[in-house]
Amino acid sequence: MKKQYTISVFTEDQIGLLNRVSIIFTRRHINIESITASESEMQGIHRYTIVLHEAEDLVMKVVKQLEKQVDVVMAFYHGNDELIHQEIALYKLETALLVSGGKVEKILREHHARIISVEPDFTVIEKTGFKEDTQRLFNELEPYGILEFARSGRVAVTKPMKQLKEYLNEIEITTLKQ
Amino acid sequence: METLLKEEIKGKTLSGAEAVAQCLIAEGVETLFGYPGGAIMPVYDALYDYQNELKHVLARHEQGAIHAAQGYARSTGKVGVCIATSGPGATNLITGIADAQIDSTPLVCITGQVHSHLLGTDAFQETDVVGISMPVTKWNYQVTRAEDIPAAIAKGFYVAKSGRPGPVLIDITKDAQFGTFEFIYKPCQHVRSYVPKRAVDQASIVKAAELINQAKKPLVVFGQGVLLGKAEAEFKQILEKAGLPAASTIMGISALPTEHYLYMGMLGMHGNYAPNVLTNSCDLLIAIGMRFDDRVTGNVEKYARQAKVIHFEIDPAEVDKIIKTDVAVVGDCKEALNQLLPLLENRSHVGWLNEFQRLRDLESEQLIQSELEPESGEITMGEVIEQVNRITKGEAIVVTDVGQHQMMACRYAKFKRSRSLITSGGLGTMGFCLPAALGAKIGMPDKQVVAIVGDGGVQMTIQELGTIMQTGAAVKILVLNNQFLGMVRQWQELFFDKRYSSTMMINPNFQLIAQGYGIESRKVEKREDLNEALKNMLEHEGSFLLEVAVGQEFNVFPMVPTGSSVSEIRLK
Repeated sequence: MKKQYTISVFTEDQIGLLNRVSIIFTRRHINIESITASESEMQGIHRYTIVLHEAEDLVMKVVKQLEKQVDVVMAFYHGNDELIHQEIALYKLETALLVSGGKVEKILREHHARIISVEPDFTVIEKTGFKEDTQRLFNELEPYGILEFARSGRVAVTKPMKQLKEYLNEIEITTLKQ
Repeated sequence: METLLKEEIKGKTLSGAEAVAQCLIAEGVETLFGYPGGAIMPVYDALYDYQNELKHVLARHEQGAIHAAQGYARSTGKVGVCIATSGPGATNLITGIADAQIDSTPLVCITGQVHSHLLGTDAFQETDVVGISMPVTKWNYQVTRAEDIPAAIAKGFYVAKSGRPGPVLIDITKDAQFGTFEFIYKPCQHVRSYVPKRAVDQASIVKAAELINQAKKPLVVFGQGVLLGKAEAEFKQILEKAGLPAASTIMGISALPTEHYLYMGMLGMHGNYAPNVLTNSCDLLIAIGMRFDDRVTGNVEKYARQAKVIHFEIDPAEVDKIIKTDVAVVGDCKEALNQLLPLLENRSHVGWLNEFQRLRDLESEQLIQSELEPESGEITMGEVIEQVNRITKGEAIVVTDVGQHQMMACRYAKFKRSRSLITSGGLGTMGFCLPAALGAKIGMPDKQVVAIVGDGGVQMTIQELGTIMQTGAAVKILVLNNQFLGMVRQWQELFFDKRYSSTMMINPNFQLIAQGYGIESRKVEKREDLNEALKNMLEHEGSFLLEVAVGQEFNVFPMVPTGSSVSEIRLK
């Protein structure tokens, strides 16, 4: 059964690795819903957060093939219930909408959205939350005219408490044993 | 390893190009295969000073160079090394790299690249070879500074040969080859993010032993992992102690002597009848160092459903990829089999082995006899290979191309020694044979190397006759000429209503071509000349090309048609 999964890939900081990671998905004709790359809590180790909608069996195989890459330190996958995750969205509106009427302002208040920049001709609104939350705000603002909209990929941390460092230590120990 | 370095070189200022040569020497490389060009000229200039230490084989095309490096690696067990220039030189390597990746062959490919300030500008002979080769390399890396060369090459060799082996590509910009630095070389023994082999889990060994001891009808299916893991001796002991019949994938052939009483032949689409049929009767399937390729399994939904499955495998990504296992033993094959051996009980499984024998006899009567010893009609590929067997007595290294002759060679060639069959299994690369045979002969000069190739495949890399001429490598080239792209024609006959679309070939005079390269040759069209011609070829001192005109429309059987179960294998 297909479900939404989030794959976290921890890699060495090297040019081209994103390509190597994405090839694993391309080969299997898997569509990536969103991808985010950032540093992790460990210096020199980057993390990619990849969201996809596939059957668990396939996700598991993909994760193993990711982990097989020489410069990939670790890869995990989680269902949505095992994650804390958020996405950020930015909405560019005409400033005039906020000064006249007050309807737009009311929508923003209801959604706990923030105004982060006001210019004479446009204003930028920020909303962080689940995709459904940022989409709902989009739907409500749309009739008033959205000049520009951008939503980030998912960023996620896992609920299980094991830290990356512990995994790394385990790897070091098993390799040294040999 | 460091002691291999000449003392006076350590800490000396070297160019990046000279460092490449020094690194290769430090890694124990003796032979490399390549082709020069603009962006790799500094390295070639450095090689000029190291002609005693590093023997460079000049191919006639980069694809020839890399297949030769593959043949060298597969016959010797060493890392094959291949050098090419940027752009077209680099892209010409790609087929060989892909072949090495899917067949787990350790290779280090070094490519020249344009100056680093020109990267991404569409400079002359610039191509993004790191990007292009990424899906087909185990690891690749671009070096833009001379001082990074030793670490990159050290890591490259370590990655190529450790764990499940594979090809590595290191792309070096021209300015990095010219740049100078204080040379130090440290071999790589550890990469933080990379676990080449996991420690074998003792519990999985115990469970595997239990299942094997309980099994009434066990079947071992083995692949190249046995020989890559240098576990041939342990493997044989396991089979003999537990009385396990064993069948090979195409890549596993020669890991067990073909005459061994427990060797049941090849698996898969054109494999032997008994192991294919009995895959669906066994109660325990023991997979060792193989990956359940679709050519082996046929229809996966109908593959060994009745059996429990044990999978010995070094690559965790292969476990449960195609076939769900009951027990997975992840780790090094030699280590795992060593641990397994004392836990096994002595068995002989006489009744079960008789079932194999009955089906082997059936295959022999209905098919093999007429293939190997036809009394009349056109010459068959099988009889040519059988005659080779009788002369070489299973001591030769056989290198094949791809197609009907390949299947015939895999079915009928006899092997006494491991690493004696070199064939493009996973990728099925036509044109592989001639250069791979050259590389194998250079790697194993004391062995008889027989290249068995079709009239189609030989023409894909026929220019490597030039390399054979220049190196004097005594490769014996056996061209089985049916004037067709035989395997495609067979499929057209069976599945496309005999519509022979673009498979008939008008061929050149192979004797004249060989003559042009100064290679002795002969053509055989009659059965009565075959034996003597083969003897002449194999006894000849230098290289020899023997063309045999075989039946034009013969088919390879048995056959598991696509989509069918392995037990639905057809004898005709």
